[in-house]
Amino acid sequence: MTDPTTAAAGTAPDLGASAYVTAPEHQMSGPGKPRSLWSDAWRDLRRRPLFIIAGAVIVLLAIIAIFPSWFTSVDPNHKDLSHSRETPSGAAWFGYDLQGRDVYARVVYGARWTLLVGLSASVLTVLIGAFFGIIAGYFGRWIDGLISRIGEIFFGLPFVLGAIVILNLVRNAEIRGALPIVFAVVASIAVLSWPVAMRIMRSAAITAKQQDYVKAARALGASAPRIIFKHLLPNCLAPVLVYGTIALGAFIGAEATLSFLGIGLRDPAVSWGVMISDARNYVRVAPHMLLFPAGFLTATVLAFVMLGDAVREALDPKLR
Amino acid sequence: MADSYEPGAVPDGPLLEVEDLYVEFRTRDGVAKVLNGVSYHVDAGETLAVLGESGSGKSVTAQAIMGILDTPPAVVTGGEIRFHGENLLAVGEERRNEVRAEGVAIIFQDALSALNPVYTVGFQIEEQLRVRQGMSRRDARDRAVELLDLVRIPNAARRVRQYPHEFSGGMRQRAMIAMSLALDPEVLIADEPTTALDVTVQAQIMDLLKEIQVERRMGLILITHDLGVVAEVADRIAVMYAGRIVEHADAVSLYRTPGHPYTAALMDSLPRLDQKGSTLNTIKGLPPSLLNIPPGCPFHPRCPRAEDRCAVEVPPDHRLGLGRTSKCHFAEELVSRV
Amino acid sequence: MSERSLRSEKSGTERSLRSEKSGTERSLRSEKSGTERSLRSENPGTEPILEVRDLVKHFPVRVGVLFKHTVGQVRAVDGVSFDLNKGETLGVVGESGCGKSTLAQVLMRLEPPTSGTARFNGRDIFAMRGAELRKLRRSIQIVLQDPYTSLNPRMTVGDIVGEPFEIHPEVAPKGSRAGKVRELLDVVGLNPEHLNRYPHQFSGGQRQRIGIARALALRPDVIICDEPVSALDVSIQAQVMNLLGDLQSEFGLSYVFIAHDLSVVRHLSDRVAVMYLGKVVEIGTEEEIYNHPMHPYTQALLSAVPVADPTVRGQRQVIRLEGDVPSPVDPPSGCRFRTRCWKAQEICAQEVPELEPRGGGHPSACHFAEERSVVP
Repeated sequence: MTDPTTAAAGTAPDLGASAYVTAPEHQMSGPGKPRSLWSDAWRDLRRRPLFIIAGAVIVLLAIIAIFPSWFTSVDPNHKDLSHSRETPSGAAWFGYDLQGRDVYARVVYGARWTLLVGLSASVLTVLIGAFFGIIAGYFGRWIDGLISRIGEIFFGLPFVLGAIVILNLVRNAEIRGALPIVFAVVASIAVLSWPVAMRIMRSAAITAKQQDYVKAARALGASAPRIIFKHLLPNCLAPVLVYGTIALGAFIGAEATLSFLGIGLRDPAVSWGVMISDARNYVRVAPHMLLFPAGFLTATVLAFVMLGDAVREALDPKLR
Repeated sequence: MADSYEPGAVPDGPLLEVEDLYVEFRTRDGVAKVLNGVSYHVDAGETLAVLGESGSGKSVTAQAIMGILDTPPAVVTGGEIRFHGENLLAVGEERRNEVRAEGVAIIFQDALSALNPVYTVGFQIEEQLRVRQGMSRRDARDRAVELLDLVRIPNAARRVRQYPHEFSGGMRQRAMIAMSLALDPEVLIADEPTTALDVTVQAQIMDLLKEIQVERRMGLILITHDLGVVAEVADRIAVMYAGRIVEHADAVSLYRTPGHPYTAALMDSLPRLDQKGSTLNTIKGLPPSLLNIPPGCPFHPRCPRAEDRCAVEVPPDHRLGLGRTSKCHFAEELVSRV
Repeated sequence: MSERSLRSEKSGTERSLRSEKSGTERSLRSEKSGTERSLRSENPGTEPILEVRDLVKHFPVRVGVLFKHTVGQVRAVDGVSFDLNKGETLGVVGESGCGKSTLAQVLMRLEPPTSGTARFNGRDIFAMRGAELRKLRRSIQIVLQDPYTSLNPRMTVGDIVGEPFEIHPEVAPKGSRAGKVRELLDVVGLNPEHLNRYPHQFSGGQRQRIGIARALALRPDVIICDEPVSALDVSIQAQVMNLLGDLQSEFGLSYVFIAHDLSVVRHLSDRVAVMYLGKVVEIGTEEEIYNHPMHPYTQALLSAVPVADPTVRGQRQVIRLEGDVPSPVDPPSGCRFRTRCWKAQEICAQEVPELEPRGGGHPSACHFAEERSVVP
């Protein structure tokens, strides 16, 4: 702060241009059947190029994940050491990895596990976090105190250390098979990450709760679930959605870290994270081993971030 | 030239003059024409009230004078702002800063957000004294106490060490006034200074402003929507609508015979304190969207006096005697009716 | 306009006709209790729809992060009593911090009272639970101050105005709701075809109309208006005030009209209560309060209102109050206004003045109540 006069000037009353614009005529809302926020959001989404591109990428990835055999006939676990670290060619579009496995086939088959881990971890994290966050924010008092303290305990655990502890417990319990391992990884990520989503939701809920429209709803006799679902949730969703999409990328990375440490996914569950960590030591000699899975990972994360952004904007009528 | 604004110098023209000012807000939804040729002036020791509803452009004009418009979206597209004859829109940022603190000062409606919460009130006053006038820490402190005393804050010596949140609403506005007076401005712009205050406190603050103004022969531009406050303090009144000054008159004539249908309608729509009225007269419809200002007279869709020509012809300023103007085709008729 | 003036004429004659009867009634009642009578309106014959007695709301002041302890009480509302009659508007005026908005919240049961009672049609609203409380919600509704935060930005106008029917499905069968919503929008002067729009597409005045439509949906008997026009521009304010007036005569509503603008309150109110620091300092008909104010605070408040007439500038006697309103955490002893009052004497610090008729007039809470006309 240098000059109090100018400092004061900087905080002049709201100068937003919108303050000077009264009741703009809005083309899209003509007469007709009553509509709701969700149907309006959907109508709006369908016309956003951002949403269409992101949606197309995600649908394609989902198809790859569900039906990998449609895209390649090569067995991703077939090893042929004579092809070790071979660069892309007509036979193997993405080349071969250290153990002579087809990178393209592994990327295709890896989509399933990567998406499964990333999606379920962020959905679970957001669900747990949003649930406890909105409860804590709406009810406040001791419920808020209790949830916040518990959240702080989990938040205080270092992520990697916490995951190692949890996954080692699972490992000792002799869990076998791809799905249970995926579940264990997802659960450990969600258990360690939900406090962030909870805090975001909680502060959004506290802000929304103090708004007059919540007062008006209470004066009408609205029940707690009604206020939470109709009034708080739509107004608090945006920041959590943004967090969810950003976290998705981080979780895929976290899964790779855990795999690298030998406690995450392992064969037969191949993930892009596993492939990236496998490729780390050969970046200079065989960059294709890193570039292809990393490229897919980036495209996936980007698609989800774009989707999250589009959804957030569609849910805010002011931005339409 | 730089010294021409020193207090004591006798100005030739008006102290502060706004001429034909145009400001646009370039937004995502289009270009909002916020000011469309605003002209007014204020002299030393005089109070000009700028009256208007929200969106009329009254605050934007003040911010343009202070050079604190948010750009983007705001763009000054035409006109001049002259202080002692010097066009402020043509000078450099350094000169602008000089004028900003020592020539023209502003106080806002929301004194709480205009004061920095992490510094004491005293520090915020002292800061500008030290930076601008090179005062020592001790002298600045003494001057700050004096200023708080001047605006009748009790226990000024103790209050100077307190933070804005420790002040009540009225006290904060007093502190803001003290701060704006620190560098002896020649013009003070008060942007809705009492709107957030209770009526008894409002009376105190208006008394204080009036007193200081008379004492220092300051030019005061009072921006408000309150017809009552205006009637109590203004010498001249400029009524704004849709970024234009639709009427400009001395206070007594304006209230006695409004020269513009908008002014008349505004006065008619006020509930009265001295009698319980029946249904209030209202102005039909809404103020226009500045993205799409009606052609002709911008008030014509809401005007009870409107005729066909009002929708086509932009009314020029009609002179109605000494310094009195109205942008209405029927101004003469309106004034002579009484 | 003619309808309104006719109505007031009629009520005037009614008043004089009934005054005989009221005289006898009054003498009977006066045996019961002096103060009880004084709180009732001058309009006899009409039964009170809402009776508020000794309403107290204290908010604890807590400090500490983990282990909170109470260090004091904000005495937001401290013993407020009044009656609201059917079809009447009771204005509540006072400066910020006087407790008028808290009063609204407590009466809406948005905040539990610390003590006191409020009877709606004879039943204590603070004792109501479950189904009875739900029914009460249909009878008492609220219009809030800020048209920008009182509507959920993510709901369409149709959803907002239709929400009361969803919460109280017994009021309107599902098929008829859309029609009812259109009807309500029409009643408050909005285009019924706009029900798919969102609040941000409307101006402040239109939003306030939406808030009023929502409050009207369940056909309440009482609407508590908490500063409904103070955020609006002058020309829009008049429109909304006219609407409130029209709706009152159309639906026979009773209003508790809370505002800080004395002219606005006078325009709409039949009776007025003046609040200062959690207490009612004076209550009476609009005529009594504005033309014959007894309490020094009321007089100061009225005299401070700027008059829109430059020719009387400097000729009006304006009572200038010193300082600000004291903190409600630690209000002055005795009369709460004594710290800013020019009449204050020793007794004012020791004895709390009761709200009772003084000098043959209406109830006021001042030891030295004396009529002084301050409105020109």
